[in-house]
Amino acid sequence: MVDSQIHTDGVRRPSGIALLAAAALAFAWLGTPVAVAAEAEPAAEHGEAHGEAEHVDWQAWKAGNQIGDKASLQRGAANFANYCASCHSIKYLRYERMAKDLQISDELLRKNLLPAGAKPTDYMMARVASADGEAWFGRAPPDLSLITRSKGSNYVYQFLKGFYVDDSRPTHSNNLALPGAAMPAVLSDLEGVKAAVFSTGGESGHGGGLRVERFEQVAPGTMTAVQYDAFVRDTVNYLDYAGEPSQIERADLGIWVLLFLLVFTGLTWMLKKEYWRDVH
Amino acid sequence: MGGHSDASLPVRTGFLGWLNKRLPVDSFVKNQLTGYYAPKNFNIWYFFGSLALFVLVMQLVSGIFLTMHYKVGEATAFDSVEYIMREVPYGWLLRYLHSTGASAFFIVVYLHMFRAMLYGSYKAPRELLWLFGMVIYLALMAEAFMGYVLPWGNMSFWGAQVIVNLFGTIPVIGPGLVEWIRGDYGIADSTLNRFFSLHVVAVPLILLLMVMLHLVALHESGSNNPDGIEINDNKDKDGKPLDGIPFHPYYTVKDIFGVGVFLTAFCFVVFFIPTFGGIFLEKPNFEMANAMSTPEHIAPVWYFTPFYAILRAVPDQQLGALAMALSIVCLVVLPWLDRSPVRSTRYRGWIWKLALALFVVSFVSLGYLGLEPPSPLYTLLARIFAVIYFSFFVFMPFYTKVDPVKPLPARVSYDHG
Repeated sequence: MVDSQIHTDGVRRPSGIALLAAAALAFAWLGTPVAVAAEAEPAAEHGEAHGEAEHVDWQAWKAGNQIGDKASLQRGAANFANYCASCHSIKYLRYERMAKDLQISDELLRKNLLPAGAKPTDYMMARVASADGEAWFGRAPPDLSLITRSKGSNYVYQFLKGFYVDDSRPTHSNNLALPGAAMPAVLSDLEGVKAAVFSTGGESGHGGGLRVERFEQVAPGTMTAVQYDAFVRDTVNYLDYAGEPSQIERADLGIWVLLFLLVFTGLTWMLKKEYWRDVH
Repeated sequence: MGGHSDASLPVRTGFLGWLNKRLPVDSFVKNQLTGYYAPKNFNIWYFFGSLALFVLVMQLVSGIFLTMHYKVGEATAFDSVEYIMREVPYGWLLRYLHSTGASAFFIVVYLHMFRAMLYGSYKAPRELLWLFGMVIYLALMAEAFMGYVLPWGNMSFWGAQVIVNLFGTIPVIGPGLVEWIRGDYGIADSTLNRFFSLHVVAVPLILLLMVMLHLVALHESGSNNPDGIEINDNKDKDGKPLDGIPFHPYYTVKDIFGVGVFLTAFCFVVFFIPTFGGIFLEKPNFEMANAMSTPEHIAPVWYFTPFYAILRAVPDQQLGALAMALSIVCLVVLPWLDRSPVRSTRYRGWIWKLALALFVVSFVSLGYLGLEPPSPLYTLLARIFAVIYFSFFVFMPFYTKVDPVKPLPARVSYDHG
């Protein structure tokens, strides 16, 4: 475990955080509770699932993910591989591309992230056939390539934290962000099982959605609320990356383009001044 | 500096001499650039014409490269756009240049059109120049609409459904016309294919031809300016306008500076906020077209929303479509509605200034309202602003006649700078 190194392409040195992430990634793979890396922020204002507040303003929950945080993306990749990838594809992303962008070594990719029988150049297809998924859940689990682009990162964050017990549903769970969701609360091992106490006198909150007074923890999970919040945030960060893998390169290149344009525009202004000297 | 004062063309030998005997390169440059005199008092509003040309070229070039990778067809279009975004080297840049370019095109064109209204550039003898411009604007709307359908996202699909159905409100021929446009009973593969053909071949050809005519007409009548007076009324003994300067090099260097400023803002959007918060690229368009799933709220892209708000403001769909068409026709006939003896707002009275201000407020407000889901308040506001929008045109022949205008100056005002 210790010798599993984060691959670097020689441009960026691995930071302590990245190494810590590699360890976290390896731990996550084993399915043991992950000791959350030092920089993961406890989201005090909205991370607490069972607060004492009047009502839970879940529609205001923000993913707040940092696309530049490689360690978080690496943890997110592991989370996705462990908990999502059986049913959900990311059909426009290749394993190899992801590993390169996230600075994950080929060795680590093959060992921890690549499903049996898949090649690094393959697209990330679900292991469950979509017809099976449709038969089991009533609806094929959607491809998640563009979920953060079509719904937004905050939505995915709210969805992954929005499961609550609902025995009227065939899955025995329901979701605040997507009422009647076909997806079962598969992350309840980690988060625990929670019940939502709804406001009396109308279920509709200010955003038109369900108005929740508070959550009640029915059964504990293997993670604390803060740990689960970090887990979801990393996963959302990874999906955000998967929605537009070029966004890292885009921002890096953009700085240089803008610097060039500022210099260019300055020079053209001086040129204009020079030419216009004799216009009176 | 100061341009060539002699009327003769440079004496050429060798290749350039050979060439000029066969192609009027020197005389073209002299007539259209170094010997074309433009008023020296152009202000910031005069950047947008050259910027529109710049964006047109940028759209053509980025479009050519996108076409090399885009795969038209309802089964392949969406995937190929994601392929461009992810696997084509710098494909994401091409795509964002093109998608941001579409919005930028309308921004500069709207500002360019507003400039013409601000300084009366559409008035005689430049009515034809304005008409060519309006044809460009209409062609641009068609180009943008059909281009928007090509990625085959869900908003592309439903937006196309709504817009194409508008033609169905035309009496008698409507339903048949809609079928003819779509080539099917719904927006389908055949629609996508023909929109691709029109988007990459037919409409760009029309655009280029009309831009050429627009420029020829401009160079025939000469540029208007912020004072709205003719620079050719004051000439020196060589017959050169006293308030004019050769387009090249003066305005070429100035316009290059304008391009620099534009590109800085443009590239900031392209590299850092390419979706512009869901306004330039809408969230539902990251889902593939699905006839079974209607987006929560269908709205066209921002540049059509003023007209879309007018459509929605009218309770009857048929009359709404008519009002929308009329809102654009109003712009076309502008040169014949404006009866003011002066061109520029600088020398017009308070009535015109108030009317123009109200027009801008109503246009921008309608644009905002068209983006938002309808509500009773918003519908009421849209109706009020639609009435203001039409009043600006309908009453123009009257209020421009009684508007207390100021005397025109003999020469253009030019602050050295």
